[in-house]
Order: sequence, then structure tokens, then C-alpha cells
Amino acid sequence: MAEAQTAILAVSGLRKVFGDLVAVDDVSFELGAGRSLAIVGESGSGKTTIARMIVGLERPTSGSIAACGEDRSRPARSARDRRRRGREVQIVFQDPYTSLDPRQTAEDTIDEVLRLHQGWSATRRRERIAELVELVGLDSRQATALPRALSGGQRQRVAIARALAAEPRILILDESVAALDVSIQAQVLNLLADIRDETAVSYILVSHDLAVVRQLTDDTIVLRRGVVVEHGPTATVLDQPQHAYTQLLRSSVPRPGWQPRRRGITDPEDTTP
Amino acid sequence: MTTAVALPVLTAPRGRVLGRLKATGPAGLISATVIGLALIAAVFGPLLAPHDPNLPNLSLSFVGPTSGHLLGFDYVGRDVLSRLLVGAQSSLLGPLVVVAISITLGAVLAVTAAWRQGTFDTVVSAGLDILFAFPGILLAVLATAVFGPGLTAASLALSVAYMPYVARVLRGAALRERSQPYVAALEVQGASAPAICLRHLIPNLSPLIVAQATVTFGYAMVDLAAISFLGLGVQPPTANWGVMISENQTGIAQGYPLPALAASVCIVVVVVAINILGERLFEQA
Amino acid sequence: MPGSSQPLLDVSGLTVRLDVGGTKQAVLNDVSLVVRPGEALGLVGESGSGKSMTARAIDRLLPRGAVVEGSIRFDDNEVSALTGPPLRRFRSQVAMIFQDPRAHVNPVRRIGDFMTEALRTNLGVASDDAHERAAQMLAQVGIDHGEKRLRQYPHELSGGMLQRVMIASALLTKPRLLLADEPTTALDVTTQAEVMAILDELRRDFGLAMLFITHDLELAAAICDRTAVMYAGRIVEYRDSALLHSDPLHPYTAALAAARPDIDRTAHRLLAIPGRPLSAFEAPAGECAFAARCPHARDECRTGVPGLIELDGGATRCVRAVELRGQLGVSRHG
Repeated sequence: MAEAQTAILAVSGLRKVFGDLVAVDDVSFELGAGRSLAIVGESGSGKTTIARMIVGLERPTSGSIAACGEDRSRPARSARDRRRRGREVQIVFQDPYTSLDPRQTAEDTIDEVLRLHQGWSATRRRERIAELVELVGLDSRQATALPRALSGGQRQRVAIARALAAEPRILILDESVAALDVSIQAQVLNLLADIRDETAVSYILVSHDLAVVRQLTDDTIVLRRGVVVEHGPTATVLDQPQHAYTQLLRSSVPRPGWQPRRRGITDPEDTTP
Repeated sequence: MTTAVALPVLTAPRGRVLGRLKATGPAGLISATVIGLALIAAVFGPLLAPHDPNLPNLSLSFVGPTSGHLLGFDYVGRDVLSRLLVGAQSSLLGPLVVVAISITLGAVLAVTAAWRQGTFDTVVSAGLDILFAFPGILLAVLATAVFGPGLTAASLALSVAYMPYVARVLRGAALRERSQPYVAALEVQGASAPAICLRHLIPNLSPLIVAQATVTFGYAMVDLAAISFLGLGVQPPTANWGVMISENQTGIAQGYPLPALAASVCIVVVVVAINILGERLFEQA
Repeated sequence: MPGSSQPLLDVSGLTVRLDVGGTKQAVLNDVSLVVRPGEALGLVGESGSGKSMTARAIDRLLPRGAVVEGSIRFDDNEVSALTGPPLRRFRSQVAMIFQDPRAHVNPVRRIGDFMTEALRTNLGVASDDAHERAAQMLAQVGIDHGEKRLRQYPHELSGGMLQRVMIASALLTKPRLLLADEPTTALDVTTQAEVMAILDELRRDFGLAMLFITHDLELAAAICDRTAVMYAGRIVEYRDSALLHSDPLHPYTAALAAARPDIDRTAHRLLAIPGRPLSAFEAPAGECAFAARCPHARDECRTGVPGLIELDGGATRCVRAVELRGQLGVSRHG
């Protein structure tokens, strides 16, 4: 059943240095069209830095990033380029409480994005807003409410709708469900799967939560201190981890019958001598 | 009712402005009323004044209150109440200009510095630090010495002197706001920097901007009154509260404090009202 | 098994009302729990469940204006009545660690000062002695070079290290009960595993009782003997941790366990609970707070707030519990 898979995202030799700290060191991976990729790691792994470089919030020190056939390793030159890139890759952040403008209703938030990318009439925009609001499972009361009247899960839905308004080919989920209650997290994960079925968007899930990774992604790369230590299909990486770090991650996940054992490890982010 | 002139702040829907005003509590509402009355006097003073504010009558010098002249007469026999009402305009106009200029310049510099960061921010901050070294009154006195007495020079000088204070406060808040994920989300959408700053950053800073505006108004009012007291501001016979304190000060020693006192009270009441309102508005931010 | 049967902590009928939007609303309703010496009790819930509030009530950390009813007895003394020196003595016997260590540490003081403060001021221990004990305790939680660490400031330590420092600091006064409020939620999963192992080991070494608060059902089950599940300000289930997944007594517990994705397989869709978790004051009065979201709800669930029924060594606040026995187990292979 081999399919010729075109990569809609290709990252090659990506490197990011902050002063003395090498946050991302020679990272390469590809995202196949219609596939979902997990970038797994703990603090200091560089996973968020990679996500930020892909969407253009951070500039790579060296290496290349190409999405939808266009190189985006350097900052966009013109406003039109910036907007075009916005239609290729979008992002949903972790914290529902600061990722929406507190003064904008969900409808206005989505409308602003539509006005940015489309030259539609107000009527057409209103229709599209209603479609998106329904797609993410919000009702009209929530759509006209300010963020402070919405719960964490509802705010994340708004953030997802905002990202989808640009009709991106790739959606980066940067720990987007990590701050949600378990029961809400399940709703949002189901929603993301539904959206993927309906729009054929490709996901990049940045996460430390291996169970979420299992639920949502096809492929996984594991990062440790800026370096890819393992990659492959998600099921394989999680069921038969090859690298010691992946094995450690796997065995650190609480589950029924789990017994924590001291290993004398130091924290991933601890750099003091 | 606020003095934040011509900023995107005022694009907030009516209901929200009134709602916020209501939420400032009784003290806030009283203050807003006082300010409102002062503004009415500023605009309609000449129409409301019962008598000619500029007509001297030395035989009535420092005569106390009588019917028809509620606050008595000043040192050359002019009706104090009329002079207060007419003087509201020049007393409030100067501070309004100072606020408009210093807040606008300060906000623009602060938001731009917070957005661009890096070298631009360093240079702007250094420039502001230099401006901090100049006391407002000193600058105003120098300006009037160079350009001649009158409110214009003094107001412009104070605007320049106050601008760093406004910019410093707004820059801190703008930096915090700029680092929020919703700003990043807009950048990723491809929204332009000016659009994000005008449509998102500044509106989210508006409670702080309004609070700064009211506080600055109070300071400007006092400083300009001092300038006029020194004789460098508004020139006689134009009515002005600061000038009224100055020209009627001999009455205090002679046992006729009312004209000077009345003018002082007007200044104090308006400044206090502005400060209370500014504080209450900021509390809700 | 823990030692004597005399409870160390006995909370009974705890109801707490706080100022919410101008009026006093209930955040905890009739919460009762017991922790025996040396025992670990897990307290699991989502937002609004009241789990953190319970710990704060026990440690007398509620905001001003909180209305507290019911009794909290520690070592058979009523805690809510304590003031002054007896309150300080109570606080040295009951230690609390929080989710975000940085918010509970003075950033301009050294680690050593912070750790030895309780020893020096409340227990009158000499400074040198206190510092030595602190360094030893740091070693116990896996932090080497203790003397050097004691001279450092909080910002020089990572989150995981700081949390270990908090644990060490909490244990210095040899408390008998540890209240741990989501102590590992903000940590990496490998650090979490290490910190949990440390807590487990030290608890056994020191014979420490623990109330472990978390939103993670599996985490609580890992080191707690028994687990209580809270929803909308009430306890809805008590169970031996080992049975919580295989044989839960309350539909909410079962739903919570089933909603979690499984690391071993990809489900087509997760079994999400519709609606969202409620606080005590948001729950409709006069009925089971979970009824609106419960797949097993019937008319009898809406006739009144269910009482706690003892069942099979545990307890549950579900009127249909006996009927539903055996049907609530986690529907995926474990």
C-alpha cells in the first residue's frame, strides 16, 4: 500500500543558538501531507523553539524550513508574504487564558483573521464565522461572549477556530490541550480528530504527554536537549522505544500498577554545575 | 468626560464607557461630576458669568459677598464668581493640551519601543532618561523666557517634560502585553505591526492610558497655575485661576482671603477629582 | 498497613463558603475524610472539585471572609479554633507543598535561610545545626552539594530542583502529615517520576501521612493507599487505589478514567464526558451534581443530593451504585 507521500513540511539541519545555549541542534524531519507528527520532549528539549521557528516567531540560526514548497527559513519580506505564510502554517498555543485578546469576542477574533486573508463581503464573512463556530463546537452565546466569560476549553476552541480561519495546510498544536481538565481534554482531542477528517489539515503536535501523542499522531520525533534521539511511527516509538531516553520517558508515565523508582536523575532543565 | 483626546480608546462602545464610570463607585461618580461641571464652565463660562469679569471698580475692591455677587469682589472690584467661571477655560485648556500631547507622544514611543525592542528600545529609553533630568517647571519657565509669556510655550514645555513619565509606565505595560500569546497569534496570521499595535496593544492598555491621562492632567494644572502665579503664564486681564491667586494674594494679609481662596479651592477640587477618577479607573484595569 | 487506627486527621462535614461575585457561595459541601498515621490518601478532581480548597481549609489557609462549618481534627484537637503558639505548633506538624514552588519562596533570600527558618524560629534550633540538618535533608531528596545549594538563590535552581527543596524543607520540622497540592503538575514527566519516588520513599522512612492532591487519577493511585474522588465540592467516591480503575463505584470516576487517552493504543474517538466540570455553587441544587453529564442517570438521581453509601470497603455518592456494580470498570484493556 505504498503511497507517494509529498512532504508539506521539510525541516533540514535546523539549528538555533541563544548566546551560549544551543537550543536546537541539527534537527531534520518531514511532515507528509495529511499525516500528523508529534514532537515529544521535556523542558529544554527545544520543541517549542522548533515550533516557533516554523511559524516565524523565531529566526533559525542556520538550517532550512520549507512549507508547502516555499522556503521560510528567513523572515518574510513583505506583508503579502507574511499573510501567505499565515495561510500555510498556523498555531494554537498552550495557555487558553492569554492566547485571546481579552477585548475581542470570538466572532470578532475570527472576523479579523478573515478580513486579513480574504476579500469577502461582510455577509460572506458572517457565514464563514458561523461555519467555523459550529465546526469547533461552540454555540452562538459563546461566539458573542468575551473570553473572560468562557472556560479554558471554550477558549481553546476559539483559538482553534481562529487558526482554522486562515485555512492552513499545517496546524501546530503547541501543548494545546495540556492546560485543560481531563474531561475537556478528551472533548478537544475528539474535536481535533473530527477537524482533521473534515479539512485534511496536517497536525504537528508539540507535547510531553505520550498518551495524547498516541491518540492523535501518526509519527513521532523525540527530542532531548535540542537533538533528535529517536523518530518513527508513533506506535513503534512508544511500543518499542530504542533510545534510552525514550525508554525512560515511557516508563515515567503513571498508569495503573505503576511504581515510581528513584533513578538519581537530574532535571532536564537543570544546567547548574 | 475623560481627557484622553483622540485616542483609539474612545472607539470603545458607549455602554462600556458608562459602565466603567458607574463602577468607580460614589467617589468616582462625584469626581466625574465635578470634572463635568468644570468642563461646562470652561466651554460656557462667558455665557454663564452673571457679570462682566473684566470690569474693574476700585471702590468695590475686596468687598465681601452680597446678593448677586456670591463670592464678592477681587482686588480691583471685579466679580469673583464671574472671573472663576470665565477663568475655567484658560485654567483647563493648558492642562488639556499638555495631556493630549504628552500622552500621545508617550504612548507612541512606548508602544513602538516595546514592539521593536532591541536597539530602538535602548535608544528611546536613553533619550527618555535624559528628559527625566529636567524638572517640568524649569523647562516651562525657560520656555516662557525664550518665547515670551503665555500658556502656549509653557504647555508645550510641560508636555515634553511629562512625556517620559507616561512613556516609562506605558512601556512596561506594553512590553508585558506584547509578549502575550495572542499577539504572537496575530503575528503568525500575518497581521502588520501597526495594525496589531493600534487595534490590540493600545486598546488593551487603555485603562492605564486613561489613568495616566488623568494623573498628568492634575500635575499639569498645578504646574501651569504656578507658572501663571509667577506671572509667566496667562497675562492680565485674562481670567485664570492661578493668576487670581497671585493677583489677590495681598488680600490674604489684609483679611480678605476669599478671592484667592476661591481660586485655590477650584484648582484643588478639580485636581483631586481628576486624581480620584484616575485612580478608580485604573483600579478596574 | 499503617499503625494505630486512631485517625491522625479527621475531617467531618466540612463546608466552606467563599465570596464569589459579591455573595457567599459554597465551594465545599459536607466533605469528610480520614487519614491515619503513615497513610497516604489521594484526593483527585478536576477544576471546581474543591480538592485544593480542602487542603487549604485543613492548613488554615483560606482567604479572609471564608465561612467554615464542620470540624477538622488533627491528633484529636480541633484545628479551626487554634491561634498563636498552638497554631504554630500545628503548622510544624502539618507541612504543605504547592504546585508552583516559585510562588511560595522569597526570591531575595537564600535557600538556606528559607529552609531553616521554621527550625530556627519555631523550634529554637541553632543556626549552624539547622543548616546542617537542611544539607542532610537535601541529600535525601537527591540534591548533591547541599552546602553550596543552601547559599544559592531560588532563581538559580530549576523548577524540579526547587520542588525538591520544598519537599526537603517541609520535612525538616518532622511533620506527621504532608499536604501535597499538585506538587508535580508543573514538572516534566521524568522529574515527576523522580519526585514521586522520593516522596514515596521519604514517606515510608519518616512514617509520614500524606494527603496527595492531583487531577491525575493514575498518579494518585501510584503512591496512595486509598483515593478519594471529588466533584463539585463533594467527595463522590472513596476506594482502595488498586481497585479504582478496575472496579470504580461512581460513574464519574469511571468516566474520568475512560476519558484519558491510552498510551498503548489509539482509540477512534475518546469517551469524552459532555459538558464541563462544575464548582459546588454551579451545581443544580437538590440533585446529584453529576446527573446532567452522567450516562447512567435516571429519575431517582434527581430527587435529592445522594448521600455517601458504604460499599465493599469503599464509599460512593451514587444512588444507583449497587445496581451498577461491575458495569463501571474501565472499558479498555489495562
